[in-house]
Amino acid sequence: MFHKILIANRGEIALRVLRTCREMGIRTVVAHSQADTGSLPVRLADESICIGPPEPRQSYLNIPSIISAASITDSEAIHPGYGLLSENAAFAEICRACGIAFIGPAPEAIRLMGDKAQARAMAKQAGAPVVPGSEGPLEGVDEAQELADAIGYPVIVKAAAGGGGRGMRIVRARAMLAQAFATCQAEAAQAFGSSELYLEKFVEEARHVEVQVLGDRNGIRVHLGERDCTVQRRHQKLLEESPACAISDETRAGLYKAALTVANAVNYVSAGTVEFLVAGDGSFYFMEMNTRIQVEHPVTEMLTGIDIVREQVRIASGEPLGYKQKEVEFRGHAIECRVNAEDPEHFVPSPGTVTAWLPPGGPGVRVDSHMMPGAVVTPHYDSLIAKIIVHGRDRTEAISRMYRALTETVVEGVKTTIPYHLKLLADPAFLSGDHTLPRLEAGP
Amino acid sequence: MAGKARAARRAAGPQWTPEQVVELAVAHDLAELEIESMGLRVRVVRGHAPVTVAAPPAAVPASLSQPEAAGQAAELVPGGIIIEAPMVGTFYRATNPEATPFVSEGDTVKEGQTLCIIEAMKLMNEIESKVAGRVVKILVENAQPVEFGQPLFLVEPRR
Repeated sequence: MFHKILIANRGEIALRVLRTCREMGIRTVVAHSQADTGSLPVRLADESICIGPPEPRQSYLNIPSIISAASITDSEAIHPGYGLLSENAAFAEICRACGIAFIGPAPEAIRLMGDKAQARAMAKQAGAPVVPGSEGPLEGVDEAQELADAIGYPVIVKAAAGGGGRGMRIVRARAMLAQAFATCQAEAAQAFGSSELYLEKFVEEARHVEVQVLGDRNGIRVHLGERDCTVQRRHQKLLEESPACAISDETRAGLYKAALTVANAVNYVSAGTVEFLVAGDGSFYFMEMNTRIQVEHPVTEMLTGIDIVREQVRIASGEPLGYKQKEVEFRGHAIECRVNAEDPEHFVPSPGTVTAWLPPGGPGVRVDSHMMPGAVVTPHYDSLIAKIIVHGRDRTEAISRMYRALTETVVEGVKTTIPYHLKLLADPAFLSGDHTLPRLEAGP
Repeated sequence: MAGKARAARRAAGPQWTPEQVVELAVAHDLAELEIESMGLRVRVVRGHAPVTVAAPPAAVPASLSQPEAAGQAAELVPGGIIIEAPMVGTFYRATNPEATPFVSEGDTVKEGQTLCIIEAMKLMNEIESKVAGRVVKILVENAQPVEFGQPLFLVEPRR
């Protein structure tokens, strides 16, 4: 087992990793930017080292500085957290070349899954269902029409370089395709500098359901169940829960099998998440695999009692998983709300100094947060300030527990998404579990 | 030092004059006496200290914030400039252990002159002086790890 781990991240996830290390008796070094010198993870770390100015490019994304920091502190491993360098195959390769353990999958798996077209082809070949659509960029509107006729309407036209709802159109009939294609092309060229377009079947009443997997170096892989992340805004997850309430046991079993199929196909090692789009009729399609720990991992930890960060560290040090699929137990229902320092109406970031901070407590409540009075939410980084996670015997108990926890939370100095979450928890569609993914919000 | 006794009194009574306070302190053989009334504070410290009279708010010395070592060093040299580490790495004063250090305390340096090396990922990065002047103090030991922004040299710029 490692004696010292460098944490190459910040905020709540740096603290999350630090907590597990401490429980495992592993010393921690937190590599931080000048903006985070007084942050909670830096204060709680055994050692800390400043690696650069506030701009992420010069600090948290600066590979030479991070490797250098690991080297001068004699760290044996680096935990990259999520975001930042966590899915950077080159970084994982450099760690390997420098004799530092990268706490995550092999660079080859990161690279493959990072290329969406390759990942899709691989999943398809392995036997996991993928959304029917174009295999590469479309040549022109004729090819688009031919393909759409073959897979059936509705279809969605997407910019290859797109994201955030821009350069996307849902097309419900053949007559509308040519115009949508032209508009998308123009939008894509303007927004992303590339007018390449894809086309795929539009999945109606879709839900985002993902499966957590773990794999060790001996090729043993298990799943830790699913998480429903259908509550989103502009492709940002705002609430996650497990188990997914609106899918049948048959669909659930199918998702688990498909997730392990994908993980096995790339000899996946460490913790990873396989994301699926689940249609209203229970059919499902592979979307992508995230080769890192996810923000919403505590939902799974609450349900299974398994510390996923601990498993990542154990696996990276060469230890076997040590348990089989049937030994993984699922108990009750868990929900996570991501509290962001954002205006709850318009979701614009609300940076500032947190003047008061009172996290919720009581039975079944977990808070992962790096907040404290005086903590500064800077515009340099993302606006996540706390994850509030609850566990209950069933969904109803978990929802009332979350509502109670959010109402006792005090954050002053910055605006938060808590009012949005409270509204959501009282929304009939959410309560019944009938909610689906929002359609294109950033449309015309 | 004599046993320190201290008495204070707050009253809305008549105005105390400094003379009266001294008399009171002497009469009771007090080492120190402070009386505040009617907006006037009188403090008597017997022995070597003089009688002080001050109107509130009293000029209580503000607790000095602990300046960092480098900050203190810079204060010793008016206009002194701190050269900071521009990266994380290992600080070396010379190209190899046998070589003469690039600079020593007291040396005069030109702008752009190499002061030290910081090794990061096996790369030797030469750190240059951003000013011409005299190296007053070297703040890091040879072969020590340094973090981004850590003070390395105190240089007194040439005028």
